Amino acid sequence: MVAIKGGAYIPLYGRDSMKVEIDNFLMDVYPVTNKDYVAFVKKYPKWQKSKVIKLFADASYLRDWKSDTLLGENKKENSPITQVSWFAAKEYCECQGKRLPTVDEWEYVAMANKKMPDARKQKEYNAFILSWYEKPKTFNQTIGSTFKNYWEVYDLHGLVWEWTSDFNSVLITGESRKDVDTDSNLFCGSAAINATDLMNYAAFMRYAIRGSLKAKYTMKNLGFRCVKDDKK
Amino acid sequence: MKLLKAVCILFAGSLLLVNCKSEPKQELAKADSSTIYIKGTMEAELTSPPFVPAPIGNRTAKKLLVNMEILEKEGTMTDGVQYVYWTFGGTVPGSFIRTRVGDEIEFTLSNHPDNKLPHNIDMHAVTGPGGGAESSFVAPGHEKTFSFKALNPGLFVYHCATAPVGMHIANGMYGLILVEPEGGLPKVDKEYYIMQGDFYTKGATDEKGLQPFDMTKAIKEDADYVVFNGKVGALTGDNAITANVGETVRLFVGNGGPNLTSSFHVIGEIFDNVHVEGGDLINTNVQTTSIPAGGAAIVDFKVEVPGTFILVDHAIFRAFNKGALGMLKVSGEENKKLYSGVKQEGIYHPEGGTIQTMPVDKNKKEVAVTTEKPLAKKIVDGKQIYMTTCFACHQAEGQGIPNAFPPLAKSDYLNADVNRAIGIVLHGKTGEITVNGNKYNSVMTRQTLTEGEVADVMTYVYNSWGNNKTNVTIKNVQDVKNN
Repeated sequence: MVAIKGGAYIPLYGRDSMKVEIDNFLMDVYPVTNKDYVAFVKKYPKWQKSKVIKLFADASYLRDWKSDTLLGENKKENSPITQVSWFAAKEYCECQGKRLPTVDEWEYVAMANKKMPDARKQKEYNAFILSWYEKPKTFNQTIGSTFKNYWEVYDLHGLVWEWTSDFNSVLITGESRKDVDTDSNLFCGSAAINATDLMNYAAFMRYAIRGSLKAKYTMKNLGFRCVKDDKK
Repeated sequence: MKLLKAVCILFAGSLLLVNCKSEPKQELAKADSSTIYIKGTMEAELTSPPFVPAPIGNRTAKKLLVNMEILEKEGTMTDGVQYVYWTFGGTVPGSFIRTRVGDEIEFTLSNHPDNKLPHNIDMHAVTGPGGGAESSFVAPGHEKTFSFKALNPGLFVYHCATAPVGMHIANGMYGLILVEPEGGLPKVDKEYYIMQGDFYTKGATDEKGLQPFDMTKAIKEDADYVVFNGKVGALTGDNAITANVGETVRLFVGNGGPNLTSSFHVIGEIFDNVHVEGGDLINTNVQTTSIPAGGAAIVDFKVEVPGTFILVDHAIFRAFNKGALGMLKVSGEENKKLYSGVKQEGIYHPEGGTIQTMPVDKNKKEVAVTTEKPLAKKIVDGKQIYMTTCFACHQAEGQGIPNAFPPLAKSDYLNADVNRAIGIVLHGKTGEITVNGNKYNSVMTRQTLTEGEVADVMTYVYNSWGNNKTNVTIKNVQDVKNN
């Protein structure tokens, strides 16, 4: 894990008056891997695919695995674990004495590029993320195959989406154009009139994917990593 | 429409028969299609463009199951240019849905597990919030089902409405759903599905390689490609739509946008009928119909003569420079009464049919003689003129092109009469001639060469490829010109 120094930032959906304070915390350098997760299900059999409670994971949970404790043939040990539900990810982190990051924590670290803590206005930063959307099957890549950012964290963009503890707190309803209308005054889908940076549409898609999820969903493109409070 | 009229007449007739005293009530709304009774369930036939499912006609209203899969996949925009399309059913535009008024459509939208993004569908045929978008928002690896009753007949656009909406549409997430009126549409011989879309790439138009979407250009509405059916050439050459002479053709034309309005036109045809904006209003004898972004039109016409008819967005630079061009190939017997083809081809002289020259003073004529070049120099200069002026038709070795342009090499016609040959170069030639036993009937235009140049090029020709080595002088040329 690496230390992330907290601070204040304006989320995509915010205005100057909506600065969010982030405390210091520690974050995993890489997403959790297939290998890590095999070890987890061996130690906690209730998360094996044949035993998992249906309420906590949908039918696609660990779908490509050969058996309860064996990866599928095309799966690399060092690729990020995907097809896990929010419940599973949450419990994995807790079993390591950690927790899932909040959306704000995740976005705060993920707005860095190699050199700057907030690179959201940089053209290359956005171009990289957008080009990822057009690359098929990036979930097959191994961890560390993208870039190390300002905080020395890898793979926040370019590998897989990641679960956050409060993934559904910023609501995008199915009808993206209506979201302007909600009382939340948060983020408003396509009609991004109150977003601070119209061009940062890569992030809109991140919020959109979170909005489409339910806690028991699992997806080929969705993994996770853990964080921990900094007790210092 | 016709059917409706028939029903009205019947209704009026029955009123007379029963001698009804009360006037029929003036109703503001049309017949309430929400009460149309449905009977039975069937799976919808979905088709890829440019094809459409079989007509519904007069079948009774049913529960219609529509299953559509969303695929994000790489495709070809034009030769050498790749693009990642987001699709309904694997194609741009998405699969064509055909239903009838009163049907209850149970729609299942499946988002392929390999996809990266959540999607949904807004169908303009839906009466309900978001056109169904709200109920169909679906993450990769999941599916959602909702149902709606088709209340209004017409041709409607559907598209993805997930944030950022413009980007989902710009990547190809749109298609058409046809809701047929009670009793169906009038029968035609051929039906096709065509949908225009504008695309925005990081690179300039035709820049090679995998081209990412460009949001800045999309916001500026500065399209790199404007195309029918998702790519340049989707409806040309072997992909052209076809019909036979005498057939009626109906085109279901949509415009996915996201930005540009289409001025849809078929070169060499007049639309007999246009369902304006895809609705009930029918306009007739139309040249170009306007199709808004997120709108549609149904056009039909009869093809009377054979040939290739070009479909364009008549905002014409889009057609010839950005891809908005398709073809309808019509085969069958020619009908010279309707269209003659080329009737006559001739030489055109802007100054009139006869050559007009200034009167020449006989006394001055002698003075005009210029000095002759040496033979070798004439041949060298003559070759240069030949290669720029004569080469394209008569070819490098003077061999000509069989059945089109006569040979100059070992040419009996050329060698027989030098003055005639000079005359042809000066004045042009049309009509049949026989060269080395073969007949030719083509046109040689009058050449704009100086007397010296004519002498040079003809000397080169006579001294090449086994001809009789005549040295054509400037005086020879002047003599022919002045007689």
